[in-house]
Amino acid sequence: MNQQQADIVIVGGGGAGLRAAIAAAESNPGLDILLLSKVYPMRSHTVAAEGGCAGVIQPHDSLDAHFDDTVAGGDWLCDQDVVDYFVRHATEENLRLEHWGCPWSRKPDGSINVRAFGGMQIERTWFAADKTGFHILHTLFQTSLKYPAIRRCDEYFCTDLLVEDGHCAGLLAIDMRSGEQTLIAASAVILATGGAARVYRYNTNGGIVTGDGMALAYRQGVPLRDMEFVQYHPTGLPGSGILITEAARGEGGVLTTCDGYRYLQDYGLGPETPLGKPQNKQMELGPRDRLSQAFWHEEQAGRTVATERGAAVYLDLRHLGEQRIQERLPFIRDLARTYVNVDAVHEPIPVRPTAHYTMGGIQTDRHTATCLPGLYAVGECASVGLHGANRLGSNSLAELGVFGRLAGEQAAERAAQGLAVDPQRLRPQAEAQAAGREALRTANGPERLAALRDEMACAMEAGIGIFRVPAQMSATIEKIAELKARYQQLGLKDGSRAFNTEWLQAIELGFLLDVAEAMSHAALARQESRGSHQRPEDFPARNDALFLKHSLARQQPGGAAEVSWQDVVITRSAPGERHYGGTTVQGANR
Amino acid sequence: MGTIELVATRYRPEQDVQPWEQRYTVPCSEDMSLLDALNYIKDELDPSLSHRWSCRMAICGSCGVMVNGEPKLSCKTFLRDYREAGVVQVRALDNLPVERDLVADISGVVEHIEAVKPWLIRHSTAPVDTAHTQTPEQMARYHAFSQCINCALCYAACPQFGRNPAFLGPAALTLAQRYNLDSRDEGSSERMPWLNAEEGVWSCTFVGYCSEVCPKDVDPASAINRGKVASDINYGVNLFRLLRGKSDA
Ligand SMILES: Cc1cc2nc3c(=O)[nH]c(=O)nc-3n(C[C@H](O)[C@H](O)[C@H](O)COP(=O)(O)OP(=O)(O)OC[C@H]3O[C@@H](n4cnc5c(N)ncnc54)[C@H](O)[C@@H]3O)c2cc1C
Ligand code: SF4
Ligand code: FES
Repeated sequence: MNQQQADIVIVGGGGAGLRAAIAAAESNPGLDILLLSKVYPMRSHTVAAEGGCAGVIQPHDSLDAHFDDTVAGGDWLCDQDVVDYFVRHATEENLRLEHWGCPWSRKPDGSINVRAFGGMQIERTWFAADKTGFHILHTLFQTSLKYPAIRRCDEYFCTDLLVEDGHCAGLLAIDMRSGEQTLIAASAVILATGGAARVYRYNTNGGIVTGDGMALAYRQGVPLRDMEFVQYHPTGLPGSGILITEAARGEGGVLTTCDGYRYLQDYGLGPETPLGKPQNKQMELGPRDRLSQAFWHEEQAGRTVATERGAAVYLDLRHLGEQRIQERLPFIRDLARTYVNVDAVHEPIPVRPTAHYTMGGIQTDRHTATCLPGLYAVGECASVGLHGANRLGSNSLAELGVFGRLAGEQAAERAAQGLAVDPQRLRPQAEAQAAGREALRTANGPERLAALRDEMACAMEAGIGIFRVPAQMSATIEKIAELKARYQQLGLKDGSRAFNTEWLQAIELGFLLDVAEAMSHAALARQESRGSHQRPEDFPARNDALFLKHSLARQQPGGAAEVSWQDVVITRSAPGERHYGGTTVQGANR
Repeated sequence: MGTIELVATRYRPEQDVQPWEQRYTVPCSEDMSLLDALNYIKDELDPSLSHRWSCRMAICGSCGVMVNGEPKLSCKTFLRDYREAGVVQVRALDNLPVERDLVADISGVVEHIEAVKPWLIRHSTAPVDTAHTQTPEQMARYHAFSQCINCALCYAACPQFGRNPAFLGPAALTLAQRYNLDSRDEGSSERMPWLNAEEGVWSCTFVGYCSEVCPKDVDPASAINRGKVASDINYGVNLFRLLRGKSDA
């Protein structure tokens, strides 16, 4: 086994991990900061974000307005002190990216341009055409290269955290090229491993988005918070799930049934807005949970379009004209052409809801620290308390900057105290864990990896999807438990070490199953409907008396998740109704 | 739906002395990408075949391979286009060492990218709480060059890099130009030594194949050429591309 030491190890080279690395290097250039990622940083899934990144910039906008939109959008399950901190720091992070070279789209006079986004009452979404995440990620990666304090382990796959005397003291990783296991001791570990939507069959996420960090923390007794809240994005391509950004609607695209009817007006989001004149928070710019739910009803009513790849509705951009589509949404045009053979200039794009974003994640305090000293979590893998029951589009890219910076600073502070553990002391536990990984590599049981993965993804889709029905939720919980048992009987065919992706996928499946377990148990325990968590049959309304609380899922040794509850921090916005469209909708069970 | 033959060049460093070919029969539907086919093989036929992928939407740059001799993103390559050829030959990207099967070692390419100081260099201090002003026309000067996904297809296409791996190559030189041409940047003199070095722009013999294979219309050949003449000619070209809508304004 190889052995290394660093002051800080950051697991994940996406937007959150890179921002944390830069912040740590800036706050203490003398530190040895190791950025470890299972893919080269610019492959991280931040790269796929299209639409934009929030930050108040227009004179008629205000931090209070951003706060209100975020809290209402999250159906009052956001920690308001965290939201306050977030809205105060989002714009400065966008400016920092600008200073680092991010090509934010501009107005003709050369100033920053912003676009409308779902659930935001005023335009505050900064964008770089429709490749915002790509530009943010490459800007951060390239900027990180100028800090000598940051070194990288590219294509290293973290398999376990190492805990000594109740502190996180490092981790174990596989060097993918050689297949060698490596022990890395550190004073602080930051998990920035991204989301987990690959637990679902149809999703907008890349193949690497498998909830690794969530499972790593969960296995060490750190609670996963609000895992029942999974956002379905209303506009993914049928079949592949590839995302068609909300910006397509922000720019004026409309959603219609097979006969061209703008059905959202029937779901409390009307009145119908004129073509080409999108209104903030109305119709197509309502929040994502509402739009995905509306699709479900339309499908039940048989008004969707049947495509070869399943039911869909139409996203119609034609009235925008070729020039505007090409100027603002060139990537969308390209994606639709390539993957569904539709030119958005001449035809509507078939779309349907697909799993997209995990609002929940590793529980942290408002400074990104977990309850395990030395372990921090940030970005989509974390639950810092920002998104509540439903994230607003463009808040999560902004989160990467604001809390990535904070995590880097916090970890740097801890590392400066010199709390490093002698790697030699970590050796015995690392060897024990490494032996388990080795056994998996050569496992020869009867179960097939791809089969287990597909069964899990279908079960999650069925039980923990847009609408949740008790019998199906219970069936999913049973199924996940069954799959976890069968996982112990896996048989792998490869057996070699060098770039053995079968082995890595098997470890990822183990992570996914843990995340699926936490999600499904938390979903069953939350006996209400709130934000993205909808139980139309048994608990159709929000229940603040009992469930104005975060769920905490903890892994039980040898058993399923145990769910407990944590108070939500409410400072100045009492739970109210969510206002969208021209009317008020409460409870969201329509 | 029909099927198609897929021949993959295998190489497993622990077992194989040299590369060898393995033939698979995979389903071939209208919308199946080569990446779908490789994942089908991995899931259903032979889990030991290794390839890289993630986004499956042509933006992460992971999945470059040689397809019937041409460098391509497997997620943006469709089996339907090979029906006539009857067979799809897949191997790791040319001009790079092979780590295993379809996985090329791109660490050298990444080092070249790192070498050109690809970040915004300022000597005067930047405004703290405002953005620089940058007009769409100013952005047009570099915007196409900022679209590179680091997929390394252009390295697999570049005969010069094939002969001399020390040549910085298309993507790295393009990235240097991306910053040199950015109105906010003041670092071009610091990047010049790299551009002018033996391994810099002058190594390029302007074959232009890099631009042909680039899946993102970055046009590295024009960036390199521009580095050579250091003139404003391509400004017009870029502005034209931009107005045509190759990128945003
Ligand atoms: C298609 C799409 C479009 C989106 N559009 C927007 C948008 O317009 N606006 C917005 O605000 N948000 C958007 N989002 C959400 C947002 O992009 C993500 O939440 C965010 O980018 C996540 O960043 P991250 O840094 O937390 O994780 P990621 O970028 O996913 O990075 C995770 C990193 O962790 C590494 N990693 C994971 N597991 C391991 C392991 N076991 N060992 C080593 N390394 C590991 C990976 O290699 C990777 O480097 C979008 C999301 C998707 C999927
Ligand atoms: S220039 Fe084009 S081909 Fe070369 S790495 Fe960049 S995107 Fe790929
Ligand atoms: S899988 Fe990301 S570019 Fe092909």
